[in-house]
Amino acid sequence: MTGAFSRLEFDPLLDDPDTRVLVCCGSGGVGKTTTAAALALRAAERGRRVVVLTIDPARRLAQSLGLRELDNHPREVVVEGFEPKGELFAMMLDMRRTFDDMVLTHAGRDRADQILSNPFYQTISSSFSGTQEYMAMEKLGQLVAQDEWDLIVVDTPPSRSALDFLDAPQRLSTVLDGKFIRMLSAPARASGRGLMKIVGTGFSLFTRAVSTIVGGQLLQDASTFVQAFDSMFGGFRERAQRTYELLRSPGTGFVVVAAAEPDALREASYFVERLSAEGMPLCGLVANRTHPVLAGDLPAAKALAAADDLDRSGEAPLAAAVLRLHADRVAVADREKRLLARFTRAHPGVPLVGVPALPADVHDLDGLREIGRRLAGE
Amino acid sequence: MTSWTEELTRARLHVVSGKGGTGKTTVAAALALALATGGRRVLLVEVEGRQGIAQLFDRPPLPYSEERIAAAPGGGEVHALAVDAEAALLEYLAMFYNLGFAGRTLRKMGAIEFATTLAPGLRDVLLTGKVKECVNRTGPDGRHLYDAVVLDAPPTGRVVKFLDVTKAMADLAKVGPIKGQSEGVVRLLHSGDTAVHLVALLEEMPVRETLDAVAELDAADLRPGAVLVNRVQPERLPARSIPVAAEGRVDGSRVRDGLASAGLDLDEFTLEGLVDETVEHAIRVRSQQEAMELLRESDLPTIDLPELTDGVDVAALYELAEVLVAAGVR
Repeated sequence: MTGAFSRLEFDPLLDDPDTRVLVCCGSGGVGKTTTAAALALRAAERGRRVVVLTIDPARRLAQSLGLRELDNHPREVVVEGFEPKGELFAMMLDMRRTFDDMVLTHAGRDRADQILSNPFYQTISSSFSGTQEYMAMEKLGQLVAQDEWDLIVVDTPPSRSALDFLDAPQRLSTVLDGKFIRMLSAPARASGRGLMKIVGTGFSLFTRAVSTIVGGQLLQDASTFVQAFDSMFGGFRERAQRTYELLRSPGTGFVVVAAAEPDALREASYFVERLSAEGMPLCGLVANRTHPVLAGDLPAAKALAAADDLDRSGEAPLAAAVLRLHADRVAVADREKRLLARFTRAHPGVPLVGVPALPADVHDLDGLREIGRRLAGE
Repeated sequence: MTSWTEELTRARLHVVSGKGGTGKTTVAAALALALATGGRRVLLVEVEGRQGIAQLFDRPPLPYSEERIAAAPGGGEVHALAVDAEAALLEYLAMFYNLGFAGRTLRKMGAIEFATTLAPGLRDVLLTGKVKECVNRTGPDGRHLYDAVVLDAPPTGRVVKFLDVTKAMADLAKVGPIKGQSEGVVRLLHSGDTAVHLVALLEEMPVRETLDAVAELDAADLRPGAVLVNRVQPERLPARSIPVAAEGRVDGSRVRDGLASAGLDLDEFTLEGLVDETVEHAIRVRSQQEAMELLRESDLPTIDLPELTDGVDVAALYELAEVLVAAGVR
């Protein structure tokens, strides 16, 4: 690798009792969930009592952790032959149930029923774009409050941008707490404050247009929902704020996961800058699924020239193939190194570790353990 | 393996979907270039607010207007449009309610965000409505302005919901201008003018998701087009060596002798490295073959696009477009 970079050392981090929360983030498809699971497994085998919160694990990965259903509670990972020095728990996030539980906790029984049966609530709790992120944070807050684990490893939702994890909760409360929705719920009060005057006739025309498009019933439901929800808002925001503070506390660390691809590294850059702007603790970057050259002493050009020789003579087709696949690998590795060096130049202080790709999918604890070894640089 | 069919040649709207991370946008752009090859005019549309097209063509973010972004071989041209739901809603309101003037205020109040994020289906109706308008638009000579429109659509998990405007419409508009507009969209999307292509990688999960998407499209009476297999790695080993090598059995001494006959005298360590690389290559090729086998179940035309070791830049898009043209895309 060109340029200086510090190596991200996971073992000291996992062993440190002051490390309480690790958040694995990055853009979609980079292997966040697998990384989170592998780190949790390694920490448990090194003696910690760990819970890993996964968001949307691939079926095989879920099975490897013994997770068969989404029941929204941590379960101890029980797999034959698995006897870690510490303990490992795993869970999958059920976003709808987390939201429902939150409503039940915060609103009285009657009001909770009213909210849960509102169609507008059902839309928000199942399909609003920020709900999954919000609920992941909420669940993290709950796990911390339960105080049963000494390390919590969190996976983040598969959004296209890593920043969504930090921004989405804010967006949700902006919508729920926005001026527009307030006006819908209490047009009279809003007009009293003069908001109607600002917008003038445009507003009433707009509500009319919107109700033509989305249906008057939806506006009605929204209004009922906001009124019922009103008393909860305080607790809601406060909670989000507390979780946000937790993310900034010294026991928390962010692990940014990226593939050695331009898009994923661009997202990782944004995220790293954002974390530093927010004063959130960054552990470092995991460059996932790299393809380092295993026969480093043989230059690609030399390998290709030799392969051409062999092809001409028609001898040794196996050796010729080996040389060509080696040259392919050198090209891929060079490109990955170039991209990572560019990241390092832009963010010289960020520790980094490359995790060589496994040739096949992970489908059991052995596979996760192997990734853990690679994460730790073994 | 079949490639581009006569039926696909007649399609005017090419929807491109695929599991996240499969290179959907890249393939959509290459497909637009391929369709434009030989002098046609093609519009490439994105709907997810990612500005993926601009990044791919190394340009500043696209405004909400159709811009020419590339020339295709043989005098063709590709234009691009990033459709934004908020802008589409404002355009729509301006068109039907003469409300354009209040747009900025409404946006500041969060009204536009409210309407487009919370009303189920409204966003999709607006986006597909804009796409339909582009497909049907005619020039002064009365002919279609674009010979083809390529839509970089949402990923497979959401694409059927996105395209199934019938359902969204039933939820929303029972009367009013949006009803007429949606009916036109439904007609277009379910007609032979539209094909939904799926981008896949030769790995188990993406292939399974592709097969699920084909079933979903069929169930919704939408037409699956071709499967565009991205990042296919070259198979370097002789076919008969692959299964053995994937099991970890590579005859090191045979490799060493072969290398020696080409004048390469390598140390033990390098030789071991080469053998390990060979085993990994064989495992990848084997799982690639298994994925290909699984993909055959879909019984759709399939086109392989090679892995580009130097990464994707504008030149690489032309390279992929050439592969598509060679496979019969027109």
